[in-house]
Amino acid sequence: MGLRRSLIAVASVAAICAASGAQAKTFKWAFQGDAQSLDPHTLNETFTLGFLSNVYEGLVRRGPDLQILPSLAESWELLDPNHWRFTLRKGVKFHNGNDFNADDVVFTFDRVRMDGSDIKTKVAADTKVVKVDDYTVDIITSQPNPIVYYEWDNVLIMDKEWAEENNATAPTDVTKDANNYAAFNANGTGPFKIVERETDVRTVFKPNPDWWDEAKHNVTEGIFTPISSDATRVAALLSGEIDMMYPVPVQDIKRIDSNGGTATLTGPELRTIFLGMDQKRDELLYSNVKGKNPFKDKRVREAMYKAIDVETIRKKIMRNLSTPSAIMISPFLFSKSAKYERIGYDPEAAKALLADAGYPDGFELGMDCPNNRYVNDEAICQAVVAMLAKVGVKVDLLAQPKALYFKKVLDFDTSFYLLGWTPGSFDSWNVMFNLLACRDENATRAKFNLGGYCNPDVDKLTDEVLVETDPETRDSKIEAAYDMVAEDVGYIPLHQQGLAWAKKDSVDLVQRADNQFMLHFVNVK
Amino acid sequence: MIGFIFKRFIQSFIVMFLVALLAFTMFNFLGDPVNQMVGIDTTAADREALRDRLGLNDPLLVQFGRFVSNAVQFEFGQSYQHKRAVSGLILDRLPATLELSMIAAIFTLVVGVPMGVYTGLHRDSLLSKIFMTISLVGVSLPTFLIGILLIFVFSVQLQWLPSFGRGEVIDFGFWSTGLLTATGWKAIIMPAVTLGLFQMTLIMRLVRSEMLEVLRSDYIKFARARGLASRAINFGHALKNTLVPVITIAGLQLGSLIAFAIITETVFQWPGMGLLFLQAIQVVDIPIMAAYLMLIAFFFVMINMIVDLLYYVVDPRLRVDATS
Repeated sequence: MGLRRSLIAVASVAAICAASGAQAKTFKWAFQGDAQSLDPHTLNETFTLGFLSNVYEGLVRRGPDLQILPSLAESWELLDPNHWRFTLRKGVKFHNGNDFNADDVVFTFDRVRMDGSDIKTKVAADTKVVKVDDYTVDIITSQPNPIVYYEWDNVLIMDKEWAEENNATAPTDVTKDANNYAAFNANGTGPFKIVERETDVRTVFKPNPDWWDEAKHNVTEGIFTPISSDATRVAALLSGEIDMMYPVPVQDIKRIDSNGGTATLTGPELRTIFLGMDQKRDELLYSNVKGKNPFKDKRVREAMYKAIDVETIRKKIMRNLSTPSAIMISPFLFSKSAKYERIGYDPEAAKALLADAGYPDGFELGMDCPNNRYVNDEAICQAVVAMLAKVGVKVDLLAQPKALYFKKVLDFDTSFYLLGWTPGSFDSWNVMFNLLACRDENATRAKFNLGGYCNPDVDKLTDEVLVETDPETRDSKIEAAYDMVAEDVGYIPLHQQGLAWAKKDSVDLVQRADNQFMLHFVNVK
Repeated sequence: MIGFIFKRFIQSFIVMFLVALLAFTMFNFLGDPVNQMVGIDTTAADREALRDRLGLNDPLLVQFGRFVSNAVQFEFGQSYQHKRAVSGLILDRLPATLELSMIAAIFTLVVGVPMGVYTGLHRDSLLSKIFMTISLVGVSLPTFLIGILLIFVFSVQLQWLPSFGRGEVIDFGFWSTGLLTATGWKAIIMPAVTLGLFQMTLIMRLVRSEMLEVLRSDYIKFARARGLASRAINFGHALKNTLVPVITIAGLQLGSLIAFAIITETVFQWPGMGLLFLQAIQVVDIPIMAAYLMLIAFFFVMINMIVDLLYYVVDPRLRVDATS
């Protein structure tokens, strides 16, 4: 009752504001690209999902520090290890006025597992979603999974009736008639509605007066514009045409900070940038070493690690916008990360190790690197090449646009590469499963373990961590796995790349480490 | 005349076919579109299935044949990224690009021709030297740099003009125009100048050298001897005779204005076809790239044909040749 009354109050205040126009707070922001589609299930990509999270909501959501909070689900409990019960929030309405209930949840969880959906990985195919009553849903998994809902902040709930009326019950499939209604119209339960949209030009948001939660923002209109050119995006902020923009090119951070009225917001991102080495093949590709693979020798891997001066990369290339890492996950996402330390930079020791391993004069090697995927990716690779040259390892660098780079390395056609990884669930199992486990023939697991690092113990731990429900034991198993990878020098972690946003001083907002920008955290002074 | 047009038509077809073939060969080197269409978590099996459904696993010749047979029916498929019919996407973006190119072309001619005439007539005046210096800047500086400089001066420092976008547009269903609103005009100034600057200097230098040459010719000397007003000589006789090469160049340059709007559109976030194309390249959106390249080829072919026809109108000697 109290909630409802305050909702009415909020709504009427909003109506008065809109009518008088005296307190109109327009917030304009820009990003380097646009959301590809308004269909929340067609692309699993940070920006698109963050953009749509202003309009759609999941069963759970993430707060300013990425903590999991109830959203459309009020609470959930584990009935037995394979059986979860989610209690849904009552009185929630979609933007078109329809009630939110269990049917919408069941519908959405089916929709995200259809062909054409890119959110498939967030809900296992054999998971059963059962409606108990209008506001209770049971989730039955085939094996225990303590983190089953960790990615459900990005499983955005759609209205079943709306989808059926508009013939949008399946996600947009590009190979069939692609003009899907849901790709151009949005109907969620979230804090904002989309009132106008022209793809790649602008999208206008208006607050949803009937939102179930108390609005903490004071935005009366949000206007989003994609600006792809870095320099133009910076100029648009400096000239005051927009209130906020991201990402900021690292070389412009100083400029924005020294300009009166604008400032940058920087922080560590969850993405770990690392180097991988082919340890699977018996003979290394793109190398002058024939008949054997030097990376199978731990001494060589350790020498590579020791030869790289990550502090110089941080200072000179990242302009301090990076935090060197010692493990393959952001320290922010693993409770015991503080104990890990990088192997120190020591080129002399690296040379000695190489000589020990039978390469006193080093060897030649090919390296793959993207040039438009991560912050200063190509420059980092060039620095690595120069550093390795000092210990005698001659690297032939192939830096390509991401479209070409990924085509090559995802076929495992590489011997030494740079890659970045953010676990979608913000949990270590994702890292273990995708990067640290042993890759099998069909790459059903460890698909991104491009170098084929394989330690059977780590592989075993990966499976155990998946089903371990006791948090303590789980963490110590994860720790054991990270210890082994560090001991094996299976990878060379470089750094956590930094986030850089820029805004006017007159705007308050929250920068989340997952690089998702949420309009409902914005306050315009 | 009919025969000429018919011949040109056949040639145009061959050109378009070759463009399609070249474009298709190139797409193979751009990378894999599927990895750009899905998130990083998507399984290898799902990626392979998508690749299959898109027909990317077919032999190149089959893909090309399918493309050509669709293209002759003006059917270019669905954009991988936008999940929309490409023809609709391009039609949406066409007005922005054409408007920008037209304004740039008008700027080119309205500023370039008088400057050329002036520098031709007054070779040694101070103003001529200033014009020539400006033209040097226009020829030598790359487009994006000029764009950024303009943004820096007029948006960031003076805050007169918007740094991005098209301003308010008015929609007529099939055509959207920014030329009917004040913000629209403000938004088009810098992109049009940036886009047109190179062409303007080209036209200016061309008019200047043609003028210098014509002014030395006998009939101008006769005209002077006849005591005609220098105004009539300069504009009535001299300028008119410099126009044939100017029309050729201006026509061909219109094609390049449309084609090279890519850079300008990216710098100013101008929502035209060029921006669409550039973004499509980054994500290997083959249907958009193919349709765009075909459209640009079509524009060039059409413009060339019109220019050829214009010769007939301007130069009577060609008409005589054709009838004889």
